[in-house]
Amino acid sequence: MTENKNQPIITVKDLSIFYKTFRAVKNVDLEIFENKITAIIGPSGCGKSTVLRSFNRMNDFIPGASIQGNILFHDKNIYDEDVDPVQVRRMIGMVFQKPNPFPKSIYENIAWGAKMNGFSGNMDDLVEKTLQDAALWDEVKDELNKNALSLSGGQQQRLCIARALAVKPEIILMDEPCSALDPIATLKIEDLMRELSHNYSIIIVTHNMQQAARASDMTAFFTMDEDRAGVMVEYGLTTQIFTNPKNKQTEDYITGRFG
Amino acid sequence: MQIAQNPLVNKLRKKPRIGENLIQAVLLICGIISVLTTIGIVFELGKESLLFFTMPGVTLKGFLTGTSWQPAIGEFGILPLLTSTLITTFFAMLIALPLGLGAAIFLSEYASPKARKTLKPALEVLAGIPTVVYGYFALTVMTPFLRLLFGSDTVQIYNMLSAGLVMGIMILPLVSSMSEDALHAVPRSLREAAFGLGATRFETAVKVVVPAALSGIIAAFIIGISRAVGETMIVAIAAGSGSAFTFNPLNAAETMTGYIARISGGDVAYDTPEYNSIFAIGMFLFLITLALNLVSRRIAARFREVYE
Repeated sequence: MTENKNQPIITVKDLSIFYKTFRAVKNVDLEIFENKITAIIGPSGCGKSTVLRSFNRMNDFIPGASIQGNILFHDKNIYDEDVDPVQVRRMIGMVFQKPNPFPKSIYENIAWGAKMNGFSGNMDDLVEKTLQDAALWDEVKDELNKNALSLSGGQQQRLCIARALAVKPEIILMDEPCSALDPIATLKIEDLMRELSHNYSIIIVTHNMQQAARASDMTAFFTMDEDRAGVMVEYGLTTQIFTNPKNKQTEDYITGRFG
Repeated sequence: MQIAQNPLVNKLRKKPRIGENLIQAVLLICGIISVLTTIGIVFELGKESLLFFTMPGVTLKGFLTGTSWQPAIGEFGILPLLTSTLITTFFAMLIALPLGLGAAIFLSEYASPKARKTLKPALEVLAGIPTVVYGYFALTVMTPFLRLLFGSDTVQIYNMLSAGLVMGIMILPLVSSMSEDALHAVPRSLREAAFGLGATRFETAVKVVVPAALSGIIAAFIIGISRAVGETMIVAIAAGSGSAFTFNPLNAAETMTGYIARISGGDVAYDTPEYNSIFAIGMFLFLITLALNLVSRRIAARFREVYE
């Protein structure tokens, strides 16, 4: 694998995630590379979203959630005592399963996060730039003051991506971003991800194998162990995982014999 | 020609459901009773007020604009009673709105589920205390405290400030409980959106959750105000009896409800202007709370479903 020559931007070391006493994910080791699209696939309940949410400490808001192991971001463990989770989330943005724009105008949706992060440049330019980057500008440029909720689902999701970009993160986490969208809107998001990967690293959780095969560079396959804890079975180049999986479980899953 | 029917068709036939019909009837009666009661009260208030306004020397204009309420000498200007009601309500809201919203934000956005489980019922106990207890709390605790603070020369024994503040404490749980429900109803996905952008808890609460819950919060505020305007026992005990046209909250001044309570207590002869005036005041109070309710409905309707 040529990717190993690059420095990983995130290194997961022996990660286990617990909800109270239940171990939801166990012993995951994973390296995420810069400017790549990494897909996490696997059947329902295998903990793939849980792992994703641990990358920007979103699990902090779930009472009883705790982790063991390390998640290194630029070689710094983001779960260290001296790390501010708010800063982590500014550098590692997130797009959620269901589009969740704020019930404000399109413009304010973008400006909100940027303002909060002390953005002092020209806000109009930033709004235009991020909407262009999110491939939404041409559709909304004449109605920036319209309520974001009046947009279609696919447009809302691209607005959520634009909103995440406005905070200038390094990594964008996407938690099944297309599961609530129709196929055309899904393809638009996938094209967009490809564009964005020139400047950002993207980690996407998906239960849609075709999507992972189409849109990602690297694929991690998770499944559920006998004790219901999620485990990572195999990780490698997407082409390798889908054409020549090393593990029998991976093969069964991607050929549709299971899951 | 008779076509043989599939026996399954019989299964489709209507069946009598007596229980269902009975329950429907009972529920209808419940609805009718509450509507009729309201209509009856309004009718009675209107009838008696009409009696008051047709008495010699009483005019609607004088009632609405007069600055002296002295039934003994035939002066029926509601303004002194109204200002007293507004001043006590103002101080009640000064306590109940910010503290109630603050408590609601804490319970909904900051408190752990465990803390929430203990604090919410504790706050709601406040709502279960009889208002007469609050009244004497105002008179025997709050007023002496205020006199200590501002000097007993400036603070009268009966005063609007004490009654207003204690009324605020009484209304606090109502406002916080209703606001908390509104905050709690905001979908988690909105909070996650804010957190995901690197917002702190405070930024998320103030800039995302509160605006999204605004309709419910405003409704809670309006109901709190209605409650303060209509509250009787506390002001009757602690705000003073005998009307006074004053804007100084440290003075005694009777409120509309306080006057009604005193007159209906029985030391005034039936069918005198004094007696009939309480219905006119009651009508006036009813119109104020009705207006507040309509306003709150308007506001709730305008902002409804903003986050869906």
